Amino acid sequence: MSTPVARPSAAIRVITGLFHQPYVWAIVALLLLLVVNLTKNPAYLGVSVNAATGNLSGNVIDILRASAPIMMIAVGMTLVIATRGIDLSVGSVMAVAGAVSMEFMRNTGTGSFGTAVVAVLLALGISALLGTLNGILVSIVGLQPFITTLVMMLAGRGLAKVITSGQNTSATNETFRWIANGTFLGFPVVFVIAVLIVAVLAALVRRTALGLMIESIGINPKAARMAGIRPVGILISVYIVSAVLAGVAGIFSTASVMTVEVAKTGMTAEMDAILAVVIGGTSLAGGKFSLTGSIIGALLIATLDKTIVYMSIPSSATPAFKAVVIVIICLLQSPRVRSMFNRRRTRVIITDKETVPV
Amino acid sequence: MAATAPAVTEPIVEMENISIEFPGVKALQNVNFRLFPGEVHTLMGENGAGKSTLIKALTGVYKIDSGTITVGGLSRRFAGTADAQSAGISTVYQEVNLCDNLTVGENVMLGHEVRGPIGINWRKTHEAAHEALIRLGLGDLDPRQPLSSISLALQQLVAISRAMVTDSTVLILDEPTSSLDANEVEGLFTVIRRLRDEGVAILFVSHFLDQVYAISDRLTVLRNGVVVGEHQTAALPRNQLISEMIGKDVDTLNSLGSQRSRAVHSGGAPYYSAKDLTRKGSIEPVDIEVHAGEVVGLAGLLGSGRTELGRLIYGADKPDAGIVTIDGKTTEVTSPVGALARKIAFSTENRRDEGIVGDLTVRENLVLAVQARRGWARPLSRREQAAICDKYLVELNVRPADPERAVRDLSGGNQQKVLLGRWLATQPELLILDEPTRGIDVGAKAEIQETIVALADDGMSVIFISSELEEVVRLSERIIVLKDRRKIGEIVNGPDVTAEAIVDLIASEGSGA
Repeated sequence: MSTPVARPSAAIRVITGLFHQPYVWAIVALLLLLVVNLTKNPAYLGVSVNAATGNLSGNVIDILRASAPIMMIAVGMTLVIATRGIDLSVGSVMAVAGAVSMEFMRNTGTGSFGTAVVAVLLALGISALLGTLNGILVSIVGLQPFITTLVMMLAGRGLAKVITSGQNTSATNETFRWIANGTFLGFPVVFVIAVLIVAVLAALVRRTALGLMIESIGINPKAARMAGIRPVGILISVYIVSAVLAGVAGIFSTASVMTVEVAKTGMTAEMDAILAVVIGGTSLAGGKFSLTGSIIGALLIATLDKTIVYMSIPSSATPAFKAVVIVIICLLQSPRVRSMFNRRRTRVIITDKETVPV
Repeated sequence: MAATAPAVTEPIVEMENISIEFPGVKALQNVNFRLFPGEVHTLMGENGAGKSTLIKALTGVYKIDSGTITVGGLSRRFAGTADAQSAGISTVYQEVNLCDNLTVGENVMLGHEVRGPIGINWRKTHEAAHEALIRLGLGDLDPRQPLSSISLALQQLVAISRAMVTDSTVLILDEPTSSLDANEVEGLFTVIRRLRDEGVAILFVSHFLDQVYAISDRLTVLRNGVVVGEHQTAALPRNQLISEMIGKDVDTLNSLGSQRSRAVHSGGAPYYSAKDLTRKGSIEPVDIEVHAGEVVGLAGLLGSGRTELGRLIYGADKPDAGIVTIDGKTTEVTSPVGALARKIAFSTENRRDEGIVGDLTVRENLVLAVQARRGWARPLSRREQAAICDKYLVELNVRPADPERAVRDLSGGNQQKVLLGRWLATQPELLILDEPTRGIDVGAKAEIQETIVALADDGMSVIFISSELEEVVRLSERIIVLKDRRKIGEIVNGPDVTAEAIVDLIASEGSGA
């Protein structure tokens, strides 16, 4: 069908289409960070293949590995935020999931494949339970999402400490460890799992009418109700999805060290998730959402974390550095700054027009 | 009445050769407009004619490309509404722009609070608010009650009080009456006349012809960004005004009435009937029957219970009691979900808050109710969605007929058509329309009225709610008259039934009892 002549115009269309996406600046920032790293080390982007195992290694692979847990909570957070909610409890749910699985594996002590499967299911089960509680409190009881999940954030952290009796529980289980440190077709298992989960979720949201309903509820809840949409089920579902994905993220981040640090695992993860969502162009006011944008946001945050380490910026300055980068991106995305750019563009067009007839 | 001799004085506002061009659209072309002190001047025109653009050009919201604006003898270009307000030009917009969560007094005085030595003196602020309210005849409104606790109509009057706090010399009222009932409109007009006699120049925008003729001294007609006429209202026949506005002669509106009063479905079982349908604090027990192919009008003033009854039938509010029979089967409707499942659809009067989902596209808005009824797991295919869009964008003449445009970018009339399309796509047997023609232009209004007639002819049952009694009389076969949240009568329409007859019924009822 496509002639060779048509191909470049199609490519241009894709690029101009991209420039209308709210997350275009996140992509630009991502590329900029990589360039910064490249100036320090021209071989930064190099990926080497281990001939014996077929595993890929390199900085980029490290970034993909690190982005997996952020991707999980960012995607869950996107759906919650789209309904005009917020889920501050994701970090604590990560700790709970990690605590449950570690405690279970330590107490059974078999280290078998079956033990790992049960540990994963236990972790996801209790995460789903916490998510259901969030959802019921928000949708049926009608509490504010901020307060509900803030309480759950405190309660979850406490629950994690109760589960491990306040200890940083460690366990040994090769299957469980493989989730974080293993590879599949050369790629880190965590990244592969994350991509699969995101793909399934994206299909669920966009190939069914779920996305439309979530957006309707987020944009105009009264109109959605009058159109016959039942909000309760959808609200409970998004909080469950968010919590289960936080559980997955908890497994990812504890499996790499096979230890749950109850006071540290998932700490301030909710901030990373919210930032990824905002960077990805989904409004905190709810409504239209972009899963792609949130994934790019998650990749950006992971890259930023790695860059800070790579550039040997003192770890005490990390939050400040992160804040600066994120403020710049948010500024670039703000409607006012964008309209400034647009105004300049339209002014050019108008002057062009004026010159033509004269 | 001896008031206006505007031609002898200097205009307070004079706009000459105003042009504004947006990318691709000439919004205003060489528009001349004069506003004199002590006159009520109406801007007329269909949606998109340039009324709002002209107002925004005057108040500096839009920059003008060419032309001059003279206010009080000085050439001015305002930087925005605040700038215009400090020069004595205040605007009250169609949609009430107030803070729901503040009190009435705080809303009136926002930005003009009375200050004492230690910050705002709230007692004096509320006193000043009270005085501003008294000026509009709202003396019994407590400035300390929250704005959300008063009706939309009163909120509109509060918005006007707020505009007058600054002692404006020019007051712009952009469709101030669209949510007021006849009494409140009269109250508002009393205030407008008083302000006019004080020498305030009032620029008035309204779609209600009766109101325009009742209140305005002069009017300017715009069409497609061009002034097509400036007239003394009293000397301008209505049909000439309408033809100037829409650019052609319309007999459509007039020919509709005679068609409807013919068929009378008194025989046979009704499609929908409710007995003693009630909700505490909302409406007292009402009986209502609607036959297939019948248009039943609900007539009454704002707050009479006409909207409340519609919401109860749809289940938007849950009825406390009542026996509902649909197609011979006794049932209960307690939620919109339940109503849609029983083939009842309800188009709200509150288009912005309960109707459209603004950020979604026209297509998504059209399919929303159908999709909600199917459930999330069974999405409409692209082709099914396209079929719905093609059908209703054409049938209802939605402009622009672009299914992928965000619905909030459409004009009010076209948003209303999209909403109507959403409900028609569910193929309802009973369609409840609450003010489907409010705040939209004459052309769109005629189109929607024609659609209603055609739907009833095809066998749909329609409950039609409107604050314009003429419209109710013209379209309905039976009219249920409501007053003070009660049904006070039912009229079978006929040649001798007029809007006046209904007004008489509402006025006489209760005075004898």
